[in-house]
Amino acid sequence: MRTAFFQALMELAARDERVFLVVGDLGFGVVEPFAKKFPDRYLNAGVAEQNMTGLAAGLALCGKIVFTYSIANFPTLRCLEQIRNDVCYHNANVKIVAVGGGFSYGSLGMTHHATEDLAILRALPCMTVVAPGDPEEARQAVHAIAQVPGPCYLRLGRAGEPDVHTTAINFQLGKAIPMREGEDLTLISTGAMLATTVQVADHLAAEGVQARVLSMPTLKPLDEEAVLGAARETGAIVTLEEHSVLGGLGSAVAEVLAENACRPVAFKRIGLPSAFSSRAGSQEYLRDVNGLSEGAILETIHTLLGRKNQIPHAPSRRPASLDDGLKPFAG
Amino acid sequence: MTFTDIPNPVRNADLSACTALANRIRCHVLQMTHAAKSSHIASSFSMAELLAALYSGVLRITPETVNSPDRDRFVLSKGHGCAGLYAALAERGFFPLSWLKSFYQDGAPLAGHATHTGVPGVEVSTGSLGHGLSIACGMALAGKRDGRSYRVFCLLSDGECDEGSNWEAILFAPHHRLDNLVVIVDYNKIQSLAEVQETLALEPFAAKWAAFGWAVQEIDGHDLGQITGALRALPQQPGKPTCIIAHTIKGKGVSFMEHSVLWHYRSPNAEELCRALEELETDE
Repeated sequence: MRTAFFQALMELAARDERVFLVVGDLGFGVVEPFAKKFPDRYLNAGVAEQNMTGLAAGLALCGKIVFTYSIANFPTLRCLEQIRNDVCYHNANVKIVAVGGGFSYGSLGMTHHATEDLAILRALPCMTVVAPGDPEEARQAVHAIAQVPGPCYLRLGRAGEPDVHTTAINFQLGKAIPMREGEDLTLISTGAMLATTVQVADHLAAEGVQARVLSMPTLKPLDEEAVLGAARETGAIVTLEEHSVLGGLGSAVAEVLAENACRPVAFKRIGLPSAFSSRAGSQEYLRDVNGLSEGAILETIHTLLGRKNQIPHAPSRRPASLDDGLKPFAG
Repeated sequence: MTFTDIPNPVRNADLSACTALANRIRCHVLQMTHAAKSSHIASSFSMAELLAALYSGVLRITPETVNSPDRDRFVLSKGHGCAGLYAALAERGFFPLSWLKSFYQDGAPLAGHATHTGVPGVEVSTGSLGHGLSIACGMALAGKRDGRSYRVFCLLSDGECDEGSNWEAILFAPHHRLDNLVVIVDYNKIQSLAEVQETLALEPFAAKWAAFGWAVQEIDGHDLGQITGALRALPQQPGKPTCIIAHTIKGKGVSFMEHSVLWHYRSPNAEELCRALEELETDE
């Protein structure tokens, strides 16, 4: 996603001379092409995120479209009040970009786990929150957020995620991207959980469970219509995010369902517990121990489908596999 | 439009007009804080001459040019001193003087810390300390990169120099040779709970700024001759941002408010209001 982001930013900067990149002394090996091609619109603010964000607001108030760039929690939590007061209150055209969402930098330790960022940034007025699911979503997101004046948080994964989308997509801010049609349940994914989500849907399909899959790159504003459609038409929703279950995608979807759903919906948030991961570990390891592996997700879904079938008049057919009794996922 | 095209309202204002404006700012602040039962009167008083000088021919901005890309920018980083700023702006016609009565009132735009929404002339909203200088740095950098000739003025309190974010910005501005940036520190020696020296000593203060690469000048922040002299010879050194350390008196202008921690928060009652106004009117 990081590569896609910089490619898109270069395209954007070539088209629009207002585009300005401010980095917090991070991005070795990836910021150089931009710095070389657009030296007047590049700045390394140093290891000083509060100043980076305040001056980004000042630049934006003078007409620039400013992208601040750093990793993990540094461009967000470290300078949260600058984001709230200087960027959001002034509706300044600052796009905050963090590479390393979730456990992308897992083995670097707790300080580098960005696992509450979506919740915290989502709570800020005027803030758009976007977490692309694959490189193509990231690329299109850069162009989309630049079109809308005002603050935005763009949470990226790392470098080298797989391309999940195999066909052309039409990325629109605030809109879910349908990936699979299905009637038995809906999987809603944000950020880099998308690849796993699609794999889970494929496993379910092999069991005879037709899962609808929605990629939800925009957390705020949330595509409420897609959520309510999923509730109405599939009767069961699972959200997947590499983020605390508090305040992120799962919470956002739950808020919509609690206030608007016309009938009971089987619902489960799959995400991280509100706890620190203090052990060293790769992204894959930390996902596994936190219930985000394919196997663990499938188990959670099977349990949820059992609950759905106890809801009277739940929509959709009963998958044959459920009638037969489910075999736990063993792979 | 370049700054030379922006009409300067009081380019030739004499110092007595500045003195009169400072006095009117104090009178407004007294009435505003009394009516609102609000704080920070002494913080507005210590910078009354600084505001009067800025809005008497230093700042290249008028009510007609508040949105001009070439206007000078003024960032009041010590947003708690907003009563003084609102008074100066109203006196200069950015909005009606009658608005000052609505300070702190339900539904009014004049909130208790500097607020830009719906208030012409307030460049940015401040109130949490340690924010203004970074924003000012961004504005100054934009001016440099765009080849514009506007200047950016940022007024800091002494107490807010405790904030680490300011020192990030103080490091940043000289590195980027922002000689279109001017910091004025209202060094009134008293912060919220106690004297600056007892809280977190800033001295040697001027030496710190100089060591970071700023052109530094220390002045008497109530001497309008010194203030206007310092603010009209900018930048003080080409290639360096300017820091003017204005030695001021907290609560300056009303004898019983001067040098007092109490008047950082206390709001004048009716009797104190009368006594204070008498002193100020006698001065004028």
